[in-house]
Amino acid sequence: MQVIAHKLLDLACVIGIVSGIRLMNSPKTARRGNLLGAGCMLIAISATMISNQIVPVKALWISMALGAVIGCLLAVYVTMTQMPQLVALLNGFGGAASAIVAFVVLTGSTAAISGVTRLTGAIALVVGSVTFSGSLVAVAKLDGRMTSLPVILRGHFILNTLTLISIVILMPLVAIASSNSTTMLSVLSILIGLIFGILLAIRVGGADMPIAISLLNSLSGIAAATVGLATSNLLMVAVGAIVGSAGIVLTKIMCRAMNSSIIDVLTGKTTLSTTTRMAIGSVGPDASTQTTQRAQTAESMAAGVDEAAAIISAAKKIIIVPGYGMALSHAQVQVKQILARLEAKGKQVKLAIHPVAGRMPGHMNVLLAEVEVPYDKLYPMEAINHEFKETDVVLVVGANDVVNPAARTAEGTPIYGMPVLNVDEADYVIICNKDTCPGYAGVNNPLYLPRQNTIVLLGDAVETLSTLLEKF
Amino acid sequence: MNDWLLPVLFIIAALAGYRLISAVPSLLHTPLMSGMNALSGVTVSGALLATAFAVSGRSELFGAIAVVLATINVVSGFLVTDRMLKMFKQDRL
Repeated sequence: MQVIAHKLLDLACVIGIVSGIRLMNSPKTARRGNLLGAGCMLIAISATMISNQIVPVKALWISMALGAVIGCLLAVYVTMTQMPQLVALLNGFGGAASAIVAFVVLTGSTAAISGVTRLTGAIALVVGSVTFSGSLVAVAKLDGRMTSLPVILRGHFILNTLTLISIVILMPLVAIASSNSTTMLSVLSILIGLIFGILLAIRVGGADMPIAISLLNSLSGIAAATVGLATSNLLMVAVGAIVGSAGIVLTKIMCRAMNSSIIDVLTGKTTLSTTTRMAIGSVGPDASTQTTQRAQTAESMAAGVDEAAAIISAAKKIIIVPGYGMALSHAQVQVKQILARLEAKGKQVKLAIHPVAGRMPGHMNVLLAEVEVPYDKLYPMEAINHEFKETDVVLVVGANDVVNPAARTAEGTPIYGMPVLNVDEADYVIICNKDTCPGYAGVNNPLYLPRQNTIVLLGDAVETLSTLLEKF
Repeated sequence: MNDWLLPVLFIIAALAGYRLISAVPSLLHTPLMSGMNALSGVTVSGALLATAFAVSGRSELFGAIAVVLATINVVSGFLVTDRMLKMFKQDRL
């Protein structure tokens, strides 16, 4: 009776969590949705402890308290720029927790467990391990502790194939293993899973991080769901499956936004490695000559700012395109000030957000919301791309790949075919970037070539925008 | 009953999740993702049971580590999502 009551309560919590996600449809209700999800999770965990009569076990309370304190500290001290690292780290923790639970279930029980349980347990073991090591590599890349270029080992493809084959062979072996050899085979599964995660993640280039994080997010859900299947845990199966498919949806959206397939991303095809970069150096204008051409003296810079200010003052319709460079320079506040100033002068101003602007899905929106840019000024690419034609001035702040017109023309480069913001269709383009070096994808940007209607203001975005602000 | 119930639930939940998430605007994709982080910490319920019913000291230790990691996931995920969602404001001009 009590078992059925617990299952029904679990089901009610799942429905609550689902309703919470529905509320994420709109920024007006999203906060309530998140609180609803958190409340349901709290009820579900309490119910698990009560119905299994494990409330008095001290070790559980100590572990949960430790986890809660660390969790609070992480959530309070993380900056919005570091959000991708935190999400990747949490994906890794989730994967690791699932793998550990699977390991304990497989090896720690004296009672006989069924073959199906063993097989799902083995899958959870591998998926969890892949998620853990892959996420740690992603954190290292995002945090700049590791190169953001794809790392391709000698024989990378063969290594990948070998690890995949050994995973496929190992899993049924764990399922039919005698209790003596289970531990050994489980440890082996974990190790191979960890290696596979590293092999996958080191090949991903910096620009593809949004896709990699989405995929790891999905894997952490799948790991939880498979552990749930192995332990007949209704809550874990349902919630894990939701997280798993959420990650897949986001991965698909990100891939579409970059016109690449998940296979391309995992094999590092979407970012130029250092060698190919030199080999096809002829693609687009060469960065070094560009820099000399554009080597700006203080006077030419001042003249550029004056000209830019004059153009902006005369404009009626302005679109600002923020990129990750804005976040690196912490120029969000200046962007917000420019927005407010221009609106006060009666101009129409919108911000255009490319789906992969930033280092994770939706990252740019959060960076701007932090400085209180109203969210109804933020327009996703598909909603604003047709408006550039009728726009007087586009102000690009720290964006490169996502506004690169070469994506439409430079066949054979990683960004070819990727949908970009059509800033070159506007009457004037003002670019505030640090330098004229290629973006993460490594493809030169023809916007930097001298064009009549383009002004390039090189340097730190905070300084450039501040001087610009003084002029109008 | 459990033999088929859970796989069916898995499929239903996955399909429901797919439809629900597709409806979330790109504006909120980052908080959505950190919210999903929190949810993937649901593995804490399995970790609690594995720790409490562990048959050896080793299993108990491993279980406790899993509880710590999964709790970090849940707590940090929900808190940071709330922190971000609080920031999204409409223009009040």
